[in-house]
Amino acid sequence: MFGKLSFSAIPFDQPIIMGAVGGASLLALVILILITYYGKWTYLWKEWLTSVDHKKIGIMYIILALVMLLRGFSDAVMMRSQQALAAGASHGYLSPEHFNQVFSAHGSIMIVFMAMPFLVGLMNIVVPQQIGARDVAFPFLNSVSFWLTAAGALLVMVSLGVGEFSKTGWTGLAPLFEKKYSPGTGVDYWLWAFQLAGAGSLMTSINFLVTILRMRAPGMTLMRMPMFVWTIFATNVLMMLAFPVLTVALFLLTLDRYLGMHFFTNALGGNMMMYTNLFWIWGHPEVYIVILPAFGVFSEVVATFSGKRLFGYKSLVYATAAIMLLSFTVWLHHFFTMGAGPNVNTFFGITTMMIAVPTGVKIFDWLFTMYRGRVRFTTPMYWTLGFLTTFVIGGMTGVLMAEPPADYLVHNSLFLIAHFHNVLIPGALFGFFAGYAYWFPKAIGFPLDEKWGKRAFWCWLIGFYLAFAPLYILGFMGMPRRMAHYANLAWHPYLIIAAGGTGVILIGIIFQMIQLFVSIRQRHAARDLTGDPWNGRTLEWATSSPPAVYNFAITPVVHDIDAFTDMKEKGVVYQKPDRYHDIHLPKNTAAGLINGVFAFMFGFAMVWYIWWLAVLCALGMLFTVIARAADDDTHYTVPAAEVERIESRRFQQLASAAVNRPAGSRTTPELLPQR
Amino acid sequence: MKKFTKFVLPGLSSLVTIACLGGCSHMVLFDPKGPIGDAERFLIVMAFALMLIVVIPVFVMVLWFSLRYRASNAKAAYRPKWSYSARIDLVVWLIPIAIVTALAYLAWTGTCQLDPYKPIDPDVKPVSIEVVSLDWNWLFIYPDHNIAVVNQLVFPAKVPLSFRLTSDTVMTSFFIPQLGSQIYAMAGMQTRLHLMADEPGVYAGQNQEFSGRGYADMHFKAVATSQKEFEAWVQKAKQSSNKLDLTRYEELEKPNVGYPVTCFSSVKPDLFEHILSKYMGWMGERGEMEKMGKHPGPMSKKSCSGHRKTAVLETS
Repeated sequence: MFGKLSFSAIPFDQPIIMGAVGGASLLALVILILITYYGKWTYLWKEWLTSVDHKKIGIMYIILALVMLLRGFSDAVMMRSQQALAAGASHGYLSPEHFNQVFSAHGSIMIVFMAMPFLVGLMNIVVPQQIGARDVAFPFLNSVSFWLTAAGALLVMVSLGVGEFSKTGWTGLAPLFEKKYSPGTGVDYWLWAFQLAGAGSLMTSINFLVTILRMRAPGMTLMRMPMFVWTIFATNVLMMLAFPVLTVALFLLTLDRYLGMHFFTNALGGNMMMYTNLFWIWGHPEVYIVILPAFGVFSEVVATFSGKRLFGYKSLVYATAAIMLLSFTVWLHHFFTMGAGPNVNTFFGITTMMIAVPTGVKIFDWLFTMYRGRVRFTTPMYWTLGFLTTFVIGGMTGVLMAEPPADYLVHNSLFLIAHFHNVLIPGALFGFFAGYAYWFPKAIGFPLDEKWGKRAFWCWLIGFYLAFAPLYILGFMGMPRRMAHYANLAWHPYLIIAAGGTGVILIGIIFQMIQLFVSIRQRHAARDLTGDPWNGRTLEWATSSPPAVYNFAITPVVHDIDAFTDMKEKGVVYQKPDRYHDIHLPKNTAAGLINGVFAFMFGFAMVWYIWWLAVLCALGMLFTVIARAADDDTHYTVPAAEVERIESRRFQQLASAAVNRPAGSRTTPELLPQR
Repeated sequence: MKKFTKFVLPGLSSLVTIACLGGCSHMVLFDPKGPIGDAERFLIVMAFALMLIVVIPVFVMVLWFSLRYRASNAKAAYRPKWSYSARIDLVVWLIPIAIVTALAYLAWTGTCQLDPYKPIDPDVKPVSIEVVSLDWNWLFIYPDHNIAVVNQLVFPAKVPLSFRLTSDTVMTSFFIPQLGSQIYAMAGMQTRLHLMADEPGVYAGQNQEFSGRGYADMHFKAVATSQKEFEAWVQKAKQSSNKLDLTRYEELEKPNVGYPVTCFSSVKPDLFEHILSKYMGWMGERGEMEKMGKHPGPMSKKSCSGHRKTAVLETS
């Protein structure tokens, strides 16, 4: 009846795990009680859970990302503290079984359930507004994608308390993840969580490619798209081409594990090297999938806060395109040591180094954007400057490892760990944080507190160096990655410093929580009435904060790369049109959420071999989609009168903003309509 | 100058990093004991030096531009419309291209020269060692001496070593940091590695690829001795009462952590081939496998490695 599932699947004998499960359940319970107490269920259901509005889906994605960031970071704290303790005869406080789950969960969560939702959230909020559209091309598909990702994330969370998580790293290691070597449910949790989130990402990519190609405002040619839109475009091309490879690789693994086939096994014709290749054909583009959007954020931030047009726009576009293409030609550098010949290794080494060229160009273009600008040191700009300095070190160590003989030495060592954190933390996470601070007022309606934001930045930056500089050194000292304990006492002091660095980052995260709390408390005083708190350059700043459900009452016409700056200069911004028109918008639907619930239950049933439930849920998903497709009543109309009401309120807000501008607002007052 | 200190900080902390890199003892990769490790260290230092040509200007420019053009500095020029310069564009494309070209040359020559499959000195007969990775122990077979040892590698210094590697479990990576190159060991497949120690000493050896529960304990001592000491060690091993026949091997192969260092005075003939063939499935006929093993692999034909007798893809 319940497959392999029984009460013994819950690790009651593991105090650390049970503590985490207890804490998480308690937190969830408190949130549920609070929602009930304040009677917010209807609001939550109508305004959020069933919403197909890209802005709300974007916010939900980012909430998911932040929650998973906390989970992934707790794993990091556990790893670092374990390695700070487990020197010599001591084996620390985590058994190898537990430690192996922790590092596998950390990687899986940070890439697929933190970075991915964060970037998809940002692009959901920003892209339609930047291109002057009312929503994405397929709003319902967007909701399906989100709930699939959430289902995958929930599956990872459930693995904490029911059964176990994978012990084979975030990449899954062939043939270690085969049934023979990993008989538990861990690999299955990992597998289905990735499959669900991967399916969501694939749909997202199709959605946004169509949105960007088909829904741009009149006048916005490809070469007038904001840089962020360009990077999102490249990211989505990568997602569309790379994710199917992951899906197929995991599907073949499913056949191995569930039906005893031999795609990646040791024996009977299986080829473990095939999995390693397939995984990294997705895995390497995936690195650029998470980094390119951050490059887009930096481009927007550096132009806005330098008060200057982005330097070398065309160069940046071509550099982005070059990175996009090259990212498919480098996957083998993840396993130079697998015994390929020198020709093969050299080829992939050189293609890898070639990526440094467009990346270097980008760095210099951002630098020359500041040159002869008026640089304002806001939190997003702090993240950008922190990125510029830190990322080049990561790039340098990356090119170093692209030299195959150098990689023969440092492969799978802590040097590698330091390298990819040095690329992904400044290159992706700092970018997401910059975007979070930059677009927060746009999405929510009030800005984040600058003081706490900068404090958090300094903790992150200093903590980063403390945590990862020792790892570079440890790599040169020959320490391999993923060690549950070690005998070499020379490594110990560096691991203690690294653990201290994690502590500093923890303070940074606490500061970010305080920042959110403080900002919410002072929201009324700091409310962004203009919709343009930073003196922005692109179209998203032309709408109110938060934007009306339809974003733009009148579709804007674009004449320049910096469309909004151009409008402000020509004095055609904030103009009342002669008349408004009815606006058609997609209706909310619960189908996406229901589909996600079925998907989660399907994944859970597959993990535990509860076949009847799996079949039922698969049918459930099918019928949900069919039912939705059969529904012809999917749109509603905002009548022109209602549009006029919303817009006149917006003009009142603008007028009051012109009288008493909120502190920190940089909008030129003469552009605002006078009362 | 509050802002100044704020932006100098990241620069300083990275300087500290570099200082640490220079000053630490125990940096085994910078203290190589063999020609392969030495050449690889040289490559790392060269590549670092080349890349600093770009990295240092970036640091300087970040500090200079952000401070010089800070909003509060009204004296600095402000050109909000200036967004392109063909000269700058050319320089920022060409300099990275030039550096990457130099690095690519290093990669090309270095990879051919340091190919793990390439014998160190074709004129000298190397010591042959067959490496089998197990859960979670290392078995070293000396086919020329018909002895074997678990979790300890003994070899003469100043003599090239020729390794053939395979795994009787999941994928692992055989690595002696101070001697250089690591290489994966995989079931049903044979990889090759050539190393040499310049001087006698005891070096750490380890598995560098995560392989499950006992991974952290899967390390061994690599003992480089003089030729005379090595021969004495071989003689001593020959005296051992342990013999590595199939029964004994099956006991050894069972998942276990920290198997004590054990010498075997004799080894079942072709044990290495036997382990390889275990995973050959329906292709597992011995003759079939050897026939494949003797053919040059598909990748080696036009490669700069004419020496490559067996490509890694020698299984089905």
